[in-house]
Amino acid sequence: MKSKKITWNTIKSWNLLLPVVALILVMAVNIIYDVANGNNPLSFFTITLQQTTGNGTILYGRIIDILNRGSEAAILAIGMTLVVSSSAGTDISVGSVMSLCASFCCMLLAGYGVSSTSQLAVPLIVGVLGGLLMGVVCGMFNGTLVAYFKIQPMVATLILFSAARAIGLLLCNDLIVYVRNDSYAFFGSFLGPLPTPLVITAVCAVIMTLVLKKTALGMYIQSVGINDKASRIAGLSSKRIIFLTYVLCGLFAGIAGIVASSRITSADSNNIGLYLEMDAILAVALGGNSLGGGKFSLAGSIIGAYTIQAITTTLYALGVSAAQAPVFKAVIVIIIVAIQSDPVRNYFKKHSAAKQAKGVA
Amino acid sequence: MKNKGLRLNGHTILLLITIALFIVLYAGGCIAYGHKGFTHLQTFCNILITNAGLICVACGLTCVMLTAGIDISVGALIAMDCMLLAVGMQKGIGAVPMIIIVLVIGLVFGIVQGYMVGYLNIQPFIVTMAGMFFCRGMTAVICTDQVSITKDINPTFYAWANAKVIIPFGGYVNNKGKYMAPYVRPGVIVALLVLVIIYFMLKFTKFGRSLYAVGGNTQSAAMMGLNTKLIKMKAYILSSMLCSIGGICYCLNTMAGSVSQALGLEMDAISSAVIGGTLLTGGVGNVFGTFFGVLINGTISSIVKTNGKLASSWPNILTAALLFVFIVIQSAFAAIRERSKNK
Repeated sequence: MKSKKITWNTIKSWNLLLPVVALILVMAVNIIYDVANGNNPLSFFTITLQQTTGNGTILYGRIIDILNRGSEAAILAIGMTLVVSSSAGTDISVGSVMSLCASFCCMLLAGYGVSSTSQLAVPLIVGVLGGLLMGVVCGMFNGTLVAYFKIQPMVATLILFSAARAIGLLLCNDLIVYVRNDSYAFFGSFLGPLPTPLVITAVCAVIMTLVLKKTALGMYIQSVGINDKASRIAGLSSKRIIFLTYVLCGLFAGIAGIVASSRITSADSNNIGLYLEMDAILAVALGGNSLGGGKFSLAGSIIGAYTIQAITTTLYALGVSAAQAPVFKAVIVIIIVAIQSDPVRNYFKKHSAAKQAKGVA
Repeated sequence: MKNKGLRLNGHTILLLITIALFIVLYAGGCIAYGHKGFTHLQTFCNILITNAGLICVACGLTCVMLTAGIDISVGALIAMDCMLLAVGMQKGIGAVPMIIIVLVIGLVFGIVQGYMVGYLNIQPFIVTMAGMFFCRGMTAVICTDQVSITKDINPTFYAWANAKVIIPFGGYVNNKGKYMAPYVRPGVIVALLVLVIIYFMLKFTKFGRSLYAVGGNTQSAAMMGLNTKLIKMKAYILSSMLCSIGGICYCLNTMAGSVSQALGLEMDAISSAVIGGTLLTGGVGNVFGTFFGVLINGTISSIVKTNGKLASSWPNILTAALLFVFIVIQSAFAAIRERSKNK
């Protein structure tokens, strides 16, 4: 009896419960849909090898597609988790910063004012590093405002939210800059059989996990998020840690921007990363992290990001148009946050306590 | 005593800076583009006509921000309102019933959002973000095409949209020798009425004062015997209602419904309120400042439009730069206040 009780409680307190349950639900919907349409019930999970025109073999299947398409949101979610944890606020500028980094990278590669090119003006590495540097600069701007000027994160990032995309348009001379070069397309295509975005996400996640677990940084971020003043008194420079999380968030926005622009081999300033900041925040919430700061789980956020992509892909498969999909997203967000809210939790606690009391009596 | 004086001065100075900035911007526009007709009163009236919806929305948002909340669903709600009005009128429903339907939807939407923020204690940003997704999606569910309201579809609404309220002074004689009297549209009158009503509500009614109390310090407000949950909920209801009124004004200006309408309007409204001196931490601000915030935004885009050569992204960058300057000034004032408190 006792062992059973412990298992149930451990499951309940497992911090990845929410994202995993959500992911399983999405898969269930897919299986039901496939069965109802008379397809192979497991067609959602089938992964096949396919020949490409370029004589390579790539993995192909719905799961691979989800993992591929969800990568930008997952990369952003890594940075967003750190920001949410340390400063109890959200960085709403990441989508715009993505667009700015992509524009800057493409502008460097194509040269200013050129709208379409197949020859790189500068070596690829210069363009990519330039894009990443732009992300870091944006992160430093946000971080300075939040950490040193003590401005609410949402307001501080609101500045770049509206400005970054516009600056990107200026850099591109109000044009869509095409960089039709195979070496640039690499970041959005395939590395061997695997999609490159997925590999990039995995590398980012592994490096961040190692840094957070092997150094004290992860603990510092959490302690600043839980109690800013107490950690300062304990000897941490809480300002510098908050600043650092914003810089990291900017860097990840840069990586995501380059992946997104490489996917379409162009810098479409108006559309890259549109609404993606919302997906990233949603991924953090879905990953079981409190948006009030403090403890965080990177794995939860990444699973959350892929779950959102799975939901989107499923909705498209069910015949919901891209413009209508937000309605379902909204309902899902509301359900998740309502379940996590204090009054509802207290209600369930009371309910189960009353049940137990009845049982004892 | 000295502290109190400094504190009051801080906010008054901010408001004065905002007003001065507007005057400087407008005067700059007049000097640079006087030959293109910037000095005419009609230019100012046009700023009001274009931003009538934004004034209503920003007033509602100011009330929400006073309670230390935020409402980013407003832009999407306006898009949904416009689409509803356009599609409803195309289906043959009259203008007045459609307006009532839109207002009722605003009320229901506000109640749901307000309940979730006030009673379920969920972060306002998340609740209204879901609201934003919901409204944007619903707009596409109602109709994915652009629907315009023409004279054939609804003559009454068309007449309202094209009605001119003539201002008896400030006209000019155009190059054909005809006297052009400046005018505004009915939407502007509605927006200015909303502005005045909200101004007096915030200043003199119990509900208005309790908004400041809740935003200043929720715990103290609760100890004073205020029902903080209900007040928060009411603030969101007010915001959604004003947003629906703003949506009608907006629709009178654009005469169309489309999925991508009013994209990013919530950020314009927030930046207007912040430039006007409303703090996002709650408890400080008034709609008078917000009005000038909207006017500054409108003047910037009007100057860029009159210039005609500047890239379309300049208004965004300039507004963001202004926002940057203002929040840094606000944070400097807050730091000074803190220091004088500690002494």
